[in-house]
Amino acid sequence: MTALQLVKSFTLWEFINAHWLTLKYFFKPKATINYPFEKSPLSPRFRGEHVLRRYPNGEERCIACKLCEAVCPAQAITIEAEPRADGSRRTTRYDIDMTKCIFCGFCQEACPVDAVVEGPNFEYATETREELLYDKAKLLANGDKWERAIAANLEADAPYR
Amino acid sequence: MTPFFVTHGLPYAWAWGISTVIEILLIAFPVMLAVAIVIYLDRKIWAAMALRRGPNVVGPFGVMQSFADGLKVFLQETIIPAAANKALFLIAPIITFTVALLAWAVIPFAKAAMLADINVGLLYILAISSLGVYGIVIAGWASNSKYPFFSAMRASAQMISYEVSIGFILICVVLWAGSFNLGVIVEAQRGFGFGVINGFVCSPLLFPVWVMFLISSMAETQRAPFDLTEAESELVAGYQTEYSSMSFALYWLGEYANVLLMCALNATLFWGGYLPPLEVDLLPWFHHPEVPGIIWLILKILFFFFIFSWVKATVPRYRYDQLMRLGWKIFLPLSLLFVVLVSGYLMLTGHFA
Repeated sequence: MTALQLVKSFTLWEFINAHWLTLKYFFKPKATINYPFEKSPLSPRFRGEHVLRRYPNGEERCIACKLCEAVCPAQAITIEAEPRADGSRRTTRYDIDMTKCIFCGFCQEACPVDAVVEGPNFEYATETREELLYDKAKLLANGDKWERAIAANLEADAPYR
Repeated sequence: MTPFFVTHGLPYAWAWGISTVIEILLIAFPVMLAVAIVIYLDRKIWAAMALRRGPNVVGPFGVMQSFADGLKVFLQETIIPAAANKALFLIAPIITFTVALLAWAVIPFAKAAMLADINVGLLYILAISSLGVYGIVIAGWASNSKYPFFSAMRASAQMISYEVSIGFILICVVLWAGSFNLGVIVEAQRGFGFGVINGFVCSPLLFPVWVMFLISSMAETQRAPFDLTEAESELVAGYQTEYSSMSFALYWLGEYANVLLMCALNATLFWGGYLPPLEVDLLPWFHHPEVPGIIWLILKILFFFFIFSWVKATVPRYRYDQLMRLGWKIFLPLSLLFVVLVSGYLMLTGHFA
C-alpha cells in the first residue's frame, strides 16, 4: 500500500466521491414514469396479446390453414377445422395457450390473411391459470376490441415489409 | 410533571407513577410515528438516488405508504413454522422492538427534558443496545432454520465487535464532557468551538472520532453497507426469514427505531443535541435560542437519517471478512489511539484541573 493509497483510504476519499455522485443523482429528474397513469410509447411492431381479426363486413379472416399452428415453436396453438354450411373452410376451434406462448410473433408472420395478430395490449394479467387458455370466442372478442389500434399499427409498419 | 400531580392532591408515589407513564407514552408514540415516516423517507431517498420515484400512490406523495403497509401486515396471518420453538419465536421480535424503544429514555429532548435523568445515561444506552442482540439471536435460534441461524451468528459477531470500538469512542466524549449524563454532555458542547459553534465535532481531535462513530453506528444497527445479516443473495432475508405478519413488522419497527436512536445519539454526542448549531444569531431577524430544542434535535436526527439513507444508496455491501477487519483491525486500534490522544490533550491543557 503506497502512502497515497493510505491517505486516500483514511480520508475516505473514494466514499466522499461516491456520495457526491449519488447526491447529484438525487436531484436529477426521475427515469421512471407513473406507470398505470403514464405509459411509455410502444413500437407498432410490439408483440402483445393475440387477437383474431375480422373483415370490415364482420366475416372472420381465419381460413383454418393451420400455418400458425405448424410454425408455433411453443406449440401453443390448437386448431380444428370443418367446412361451414356455405362451404367455406372455417375453424371450429382456435385455442391459444397463453401460458405456453413465447410471443415470438411467428404466428402473425405465417398468417396469409392477417387474421392472427399480436396486438399492443400487455395488461391482461389474470387471477387464475385457466383464464389464460384463450379460445376462439375470446380471441375474436379481443380482435373486435383492439381492431383500430392493430389496423393503425399494421399500416404504420407496412412500408418496412 | 410529578409536581403538577402532587399539587393536585395525589401522594408522591402515585404522582410519579402517573407522570412517568404519561411521559413514556409521550416519547413512545411519537417515536413509533417517526419510524413510520422515516421508513417512507428512506424508501423515497433511496429511490431518488436510483432515479426512481419511490412510493407515491398512497396519500399525497405516498406519505401514507407505511401505514398502508402496517395495516396490510396487521391483517395477515402469523405463520409459525412447525419446527420452531414457539415461545422464543414469538418473544424475539417483542424483545427487539421493546429494546429499541427503551433507549430513548435517556435522550434529552430539550434542556433537562428527558424521561430518566440518570447519571449513567451513556452506560444505560450501551447496555440496552447490547441487549438488542438477544432479539436477533433468539429469532435465529427459535426459527429452527439454517439461514436465520447463520444470520443470527453474523449479527451477534457484528454487533459485539462494533460495540467495542463504540465503547472507546464514547469514552472520548465522556472524557471531554466529564459526565455520563447525556444532558450534561449536551450542555458541555454549548459554545464548544470558539465560543460560537455548539458541538464536539468542530474539534480536530473529535471529528475523526465522530466519523468512526457514524460508521460504527451503521454497523451496530445493521444498516447497509453492513447489512450482512440480511444479505438476500446469501441468507434469503436473514433472521426475519421465517417471520410473517405483525412479528415481521415488529422487526422493521425495531430496526428503524434503532436507526433513529443512533441518529439521535450522533446528534446528541457530537452535534450538540437540542442546542442550535450556532450560539450567535446568523441573521439579525432570526433568533436561534428562541427555537425550541426539540426542533433542533428533530432536524439533526433527520439530517443524520438522510446520511444513513444516502450511504445505503451509495455503498455496496461489505463482505463478512471485510466487516470484521474494519471492526477489529482498524476501528479498535484507531479508537484506542484517539482515547490516548484525547486524554493526553486534556491532561496537557489542564482540562481536569
